Order: sequence, then C-alpha cells, then structure tokens
Amino acid sequence: MTTTAQNIDKRLEEILTSVSDPEIPVLSIMDMGVVRSAIIKDDMVHVEITPTYSGCPAMDVIGDDIQKALAEADYKSRVELVLAPAWTTDWITPKGRRALEAYGIAAPLNEEADKNVLLGGKQLVKCTNCGSKNTRMVSQFGSTACKAQFQCNDCQEPFDYFKCLK
Amino acid sequence: MKNENLYNYILGIADNNLILGQRLGELCGHGPSLETDIACTNISLDLLGQVRSYYQYASKLKGEETTEDSIAFLRKEREYVNVLLVEQPNTDFAYTIVRQFLFDIYHNLFLEELQKSHDITLTAIAKKSIKEANYHKRFSSDWVRRLGDGTPESNAKIQEAIDNLWTYTDELFHQTEADKAMVKEGIGVDVTLLKSKYYEIVNEVLTEATITVPDTKWFQKGGKNGIHTEHMGYLLNDMQFMQRTYPNMEW
Repeated sequence: MTTTAQNIDKRLEEILTSVSDPEIPVLSIMDMGVVRSAIIKDDMVHVEITPTYSGCPAMDVIGDDIQKALAEADYKSRVELVLAPAWTTDWITPKGRRALEAYGIAAPLNEEADKNVLLGGKQLVKCTNCGSKNTRMVSQFGSTACKAQFQCNDCQEPFDYFKCLK
Repeated sequence: MKNENLYNYILGIADNNLILGQRLGELCGHGPSLETDIACTNISLDLLGQVRSYYQYASKLKGEETTEDSIAFLRKEREYVNVLLVEQPNTDFAYTIVRQFLFDIYHNLFLEELQKSHDITLTAIAKKSIKEANYHKRFSSDWVRRLGDGTPESNAKIQEAIDNLWTYTDELFHQTEADKAMVKEGIGVDVTLLKSKYYEIVNEVLTEATITVPDTKWFQKGGKNGIHTEHMGYLLNDMQFMQRTYPNMEW
C-alpha cells in the first residue's frame, strides 16, 4: 500500500472537507485523497492538489471551489497542481469508499480484481444494488476517466466501478 | 533559449499525444458503439491531460508570451514534430484500433524508461501517465485480438490496417538532434533501444490475433522533423479553427 504523508493544517481541515468532487458530489476531496498539503504562510493558504487522472476536467473546478471555500473563511489562497507522487486509489479513505458505494459506485478493489475481469478469472466486484459478486464488465471505460462500466448478472443493474489505480 | 534541446525534446513527446488525442476526439459521438465511443474519447482525454503537463513545462522553459495553448494551437504544420503514425485518419474502426495499438505498445515502453529520467518534472509526468497508458494498451490489444481472431471480415479489416500502418512504425525509433542531446544528459530516453522489444510484443499480439506480420522493408519517416503526410493540414485546420478565428478566445 502506498502511503504518503499529507500535510494539512488542522485549522483548514474542516473547510477543505466541505469541498466535494464535482463529479461525485457525495465525496469530499479530502476523502478522495487529492489534497496533498495545505499550509498557512504569511497570511496566505497554500494548497497542493493532485489529479486522479491527467485529463480530469474536475481539477480546475476543485481548485476554484477550494479558493471559494477558503475565501468564505477569510483566507487568501493559492492552489497548485502537483503530479508527484502520482495519485493512487489507495488514498481514498474508508469513509470515502463507503460514500462511493452508497452513491452507487463500486469502490476500487485491487489490480487483481481488475485483471480477473479481463481474463475471466474470479468475480470480485460487488453490485452496488444487490451486493452480488456475479457481475461483468461492460466496458473498461465509463462516464468519467476514473470509472469502468459494469453490470450485475443477477439483478441486471448497470453500475460504475471506480478503476483501481496503483 | 537556454534549454532549447529540452524544449524540443518535450515537444517531441507531447505532440504525439496531442495529435493522437485530436484524432480520437473526432470519434466523439461517431464511435461504432457507445462503449467504444466512450473508450476512445476517454483515451483522448488522458492523452490531452498529459499534453497539458508537458506543454506547461515547455512554456515555462520558453518564457516570453508562450503558453500551453499557444504551443498547442498556434504553431504551423512544419513546427509539429509528432510521428506520422498518430496523424493517420480514422479510416474505419480497424485503422483506429491498430493505430492505437501500434502507439500504445511504444508509449508504455517509452514511459517505462522516462520514469528514470534525471529531469524530475518529466519523471513525475511519466509516473502519472504510465498508469493511464497501461489501460490504453489493454484496450487496444484486446480489440486487435478480438477482431483479428473474429470473423473473416473483421480479420481482413485488421490485416489491411496493419499492412497499411506498418510502414509508420519504424519512425518511432528514430532519434532527432534533441533526442541525442537529451540522452547524453541522462534526461531523454534512447528510443533505439526500445525497438526490438517493441516488435517482439507487437508480433506476439498479432500472432495471437491470427494476423500476418507484414514483411515491409521500406518505412515512412519525416514527422519528427516536421515533414507530415497530407492528412496533417486538414487535422490542424479543424483543431486550430477556433483560436485562429477568435484569437485568445477562452471558455
């Protein structure tokens, strides 16, 4: 498991937690693991965020939303996009994973689960509707860069699976 | 400019992504099925996202008035240094998939090595991009196998696309002056060393797909030096239209 220390000033935690991913509104950007650091220096908040996928169009919106939320708390801020270390689905917190599932998006498992789907191995992705693991991948690419399309063979419900990225 | 070789080197990497991203983007709403349409545009989005990182870095090196947008949209045809392979049109789905496959195998081998670069920005971009490129490779290889080893018609179409696009593969392993200079500094990847592994992997997939590997001896080249095929002008015309018509337009 990849662990990288986040450096978040305690005073900013609550504000940043209130900002959500525009494409998955139930998920806070903090639980998503995209905020890498937030520090206060010379009356200015410096926030570093990292993209989930290079082309993720949500990053610009997230940057703006962070600045807006901080401005409401009377903080001037600067948001910077950092690429290293590269984001991984391991950074999604347990709370974030529960929020995803409740929203109807299967949380990322591991590379093995992703490979199994492609190679016809053991089915591991759980249907978000009925909980069955008897599911199949419809397409490796889904409604956003970070998701794949799945369907449940038991209840027939189509659902999104958050692709595993290590 | 102090870092002219580095600047040119970055464009050599990024222009491939930009032009291939543009080609895939043309399929938005025109893919053969909803899933493949979404897949092609997803891959396009990944490639364009990577392009932004490269061009932002390049624009910092260049300074002056240069921005990522001016690099992408305001150069002339001869100033783009992408390989000829990526500008080839979406003749049909077989061509789209084969073009993608021939690029993806190269892209993964290239990024694997770029991660070891002495330039920390390039290393960071490579580490981010390779995760995405890996997905692309799986997608395109799967389709080559599926269609190659499919019906007589799908097999014939993949074979035709391979026969016609094969001539553009050798250029992937040509070195420009910027390449050579950057390899010397430990920043660039020596693409000549990727060649045998590339053909090994490609041949393996094609054999599985019951596709005959062409015995082409003569290869096309020129893109890396700005000499493009006739398709490039039309592509740029489409891509640059907005910025040329409404300069500095933003949305």
